[in-house]
Amino acid sequence: MLKKTSWLLATAVAVTFGGVAQADWKPAKPVEFVVTSAPGGGTDNFARVVQSIIAKHKLMDQSIVVTNKGGGSGAEGFIYTKIATGDSHKLTFGTNNAYLLPYVAKLAYKPDELTPVAAMALDEFLLWVKADAPYKDAKSYIEAVKAKPDTFKMGGSQSKDTDQTLTSLIQDATGAKFIYVPFQGGGAAGVQLAGGHIDSNTNNPNENAGQWKAGAITPLCVFSPTRLQGGVKVTATMGWSDIPTCKEAGIPIDQFQMPRTVWLPGGVPAESVAFYADLLKKVSETPEWKEYIDRTSQTNRFLAGQDLKTFIASDDAKNRKVFEQEGWLVR
Amino acid sequence: MENFASLLHGFGVALTTYHVMLMMVGVLLGILVGVLPGLGAPNGVSLLLPLTFTMDPVAAIILLTSMYWGALFGGSTTSILFNIPGEPSSVATTFDGYPMARQGHATQALTLAFLSAGFGALVGVILITVLSTWVAKFALRFSSPEYFAVYFLAFASFIGLGAASPFKTVVSMGLGFAFAAVGMDTVSGGLRLTYGFNELLSGISFLIAVIGLFGIGELMLTMEEGLRFDGIRARVKVRDVFKTIATLPRYWVTLLRSAAIGCWMGITPGGPTAASFMSYGLAKRLSRRKDGFGQGEPEGVVAPETADHAAGSSAILPMLALGVPGSATAAVMMGGLMIWGLNPGPMLFVERPDFVWGLIASMYLGNIVAVLMVLATIPLFASILRIPFAIIGPVIVVVCFIGAYTVAGRPFDLWLALAFGVVGYLFKKLDYPIAPLVLAMVLGDKAEDAFRQSMIMSRGSLSIFWSNGLVATLMLIGIALALGPLLSIVLSRLVKPKASSAVA
Repeated sequence: MLKKTSWLLATAVAVTFGGVAQADWKPAKPVEFVVTSAPGGGTDNFARVVQSIIAKHKLMDQSIVVTNKGGGSGAEGFIYTKIATGDSHKLTFGTNNAYLLPYVAKLAYKPDELTPVAAMALDEFLLWVKADAPYKDAKSYIEAVKAKPDTFKMGGSQSKDTDQTLTSLIQDATGAKFIYVPFQGGGAAGVQLAGGHIDSNTNNPNENAGQWKAGAITPLCVFSPTRLQGGVKVTATMGWSDIPTCKEAGIPIDQFQMPRTVWLPGGVPAESVAFYADLLKKVSETPEWKEYIDRTSQTNRFLAGQDLKTFIASDDAKNRKVFEQEGWLVR
Repeated sequence: MENFASLLHGFGVALTTYHVMLMMVGVLLGILVGVLPGLGAPNGVSLLLPLTFTMDPVAAIILLTSMYWGALFGGSTTSILFNIPGEPSSVATTFDGYPMARQGHATQALTLAFLSAGFGALVGVILITVLSTWVAKFALRFSSPEYFAVYFLAFASFIGLGAASPFKTVVSMGLGFAFAAVGMDTVSGGLRLTYGFNELLSGISFLIAVIGLFGIGELMLTMEEGLRFDGIRARVKVRDVFKTIATLPRYWVTLLRSAAIGCWMGITPGGPTAASFMSYGLAKRLSRRKDGFGQGEPEGVVAPETADHAAGSSAILPMLALGVPGSATAAVMMGGLMIWGLNPGPMLFVERPDFVWGLIASMYLGNIVAVLMVLATIPLFASILRIPFAIIGPVIVVVCFIGAYTVAGRPFDLWLALAFGVVGYLFKKLDYPIAPLVLAMVLGDKAEDAFRQSMIMSRGSLSIFWSNGLVATLMLIGIALALGPLLSIVLSRLVKPKASSAVA
């Protein structure tokens, strides 16, 4: 298990005194939003939506500068944050890669050298196949894969990242065996599926919505404990809420989601953590944020303080198990 | 013909005083960021992005795309005047543009570059207008093996181009591949060649290498040669601009071929940089004035510029229709689309025709505005060459380093640029060609990813590169292009055995 005592303490203090303390701390200069992906990526979108909401509702006096540090699957940004110890004017945006990356690559930061501020949404994963494929549900697809192991291609974004982890979980849970093909991003994996070059992918809703609407691909199930929200039909017959959960559909994986997280460097005062947690909470209550969540079909879930720590610990343990089993661990 | 009706409607959307004003502002800003090496179109567009949050999507995209056009034009300017490409895609323009400027033909070179660029962009937009549906479907047929075949084709068309010995070309290309491999690897998820340096995590930026190799390296050489630029006494005459315009139709074959290459590479994932290199390579091979290339041949300016802009504008199509950006700048704009509440993808054309066709119409208008504006700046830019080197030299150094810093805002990149400057200087001294290194850096890791993805798909069988008509055709053309020069070398050796002293 990780040694999280330092930030455990920091956030505990922040939570306890948050209400009182936040009046004491305010950014004194422009705040840098460090984005751990390239421009146009999911994390970039997340950070820029937050930026646009803060600007529109004037939630902060200081201005915001967004910088993209997406090198090494985002490690560049987290190392940049680590080096800025004690600097409360650098807010870093990521996913669960913040605490998972150091497992699979030798990197010059440890997750406990960053201070978690909030998780603002959970991005969902779905199992997608080509629309004209002969599989009507997840069960029949998995049966087909099991019948011919190592011939079906599963595409995903990057290597040893969420998509490959999920693929590994599916293989464990069902006994099916895929060929995993890593692409540069979810968008590319989506187009490859629409073109029929791979057999399935596990893209987020937003990455595949366009192709689904156009009738090129179709979702089989969602890796979420409950069905997705949203009653509006995407195609003539189906909407997001019509997609069965994978558990209903016969793949015994209860839940696989990716949190959109926000971090500060280590060694920052508890007051500043509280300030940003409060700021992001306000952001998550605006209509623009709801609109972003709906448009990208994510799950709206604001986590800070103790809840966030619990979430991170359990997500960390779950993923670590897969990494261990696949032999991806480097330390 | 439904597309034309939509386009007319699009012109109705785009042609308002406010939008035309935005185009002019965008183009001006674009020229500015394009002229500064390093601060290229992707950086410029992401800097401007926050300002567009509150704008209406059509106005916002017009501003951003106009900036893109401006930056593409500006990037060529410094290539020609100082041998410092402002944009990765204008590296090929330096090969003949810079010699032309040194011979006192800066005005002609700039005029030719801008006009052929404008022509290329126009062809790209026309393609989008006429064939958008078909092109989007065609792009879907591309998977990793096809991608690899396209990159292979780009490399093959460039083989045997330089006058340098094949051995030196291979060394240079090998170094380029090594630099391209630095950082995190997509296929394995591991780190390569970073030696524990955090700064190398994100890899070595191609832009830094270009700034160093071309900018700093060139300055060192100039200093050694005695602190002066050669042949810059030519007077700048506005009449020259018009004279050059009249010569453009002479290059119609090059223009059409380069535009075709550009459109092809813009839609497939080759991108503008590959397009300009490939177009230059083919122009040299097919030209009647082969020997003039590299010494200030106007055709060597026309070919890469046309292809660069044709690719730049047609790269917008895969972004809109598939949600896959064809260039770095398109990726930033795609991020913008999502923030404005639009979902790029096949349905955008159906759901938001006003936006899509307004954008396409603005691409016509924006490029026309851009050509007119850059043509007007030629006398100004060309007279920069008359400033003594003692003044302009240090300014270029400052601009190069500012550019290197703005690529990612990292001080480490400044040292890297300096190191590449020394490499560039040594390369020139020892007569090693720089272009193969640059090409390998731009396309190296993409080609590698595509190759390894193909190998994963086929479970290690090379036959995947002959598995369908499309990929087989691409590979065959590539192999033919690669072997062409070798065959002609072998033939000439057989005929004149004594001429083989070039290989040392």
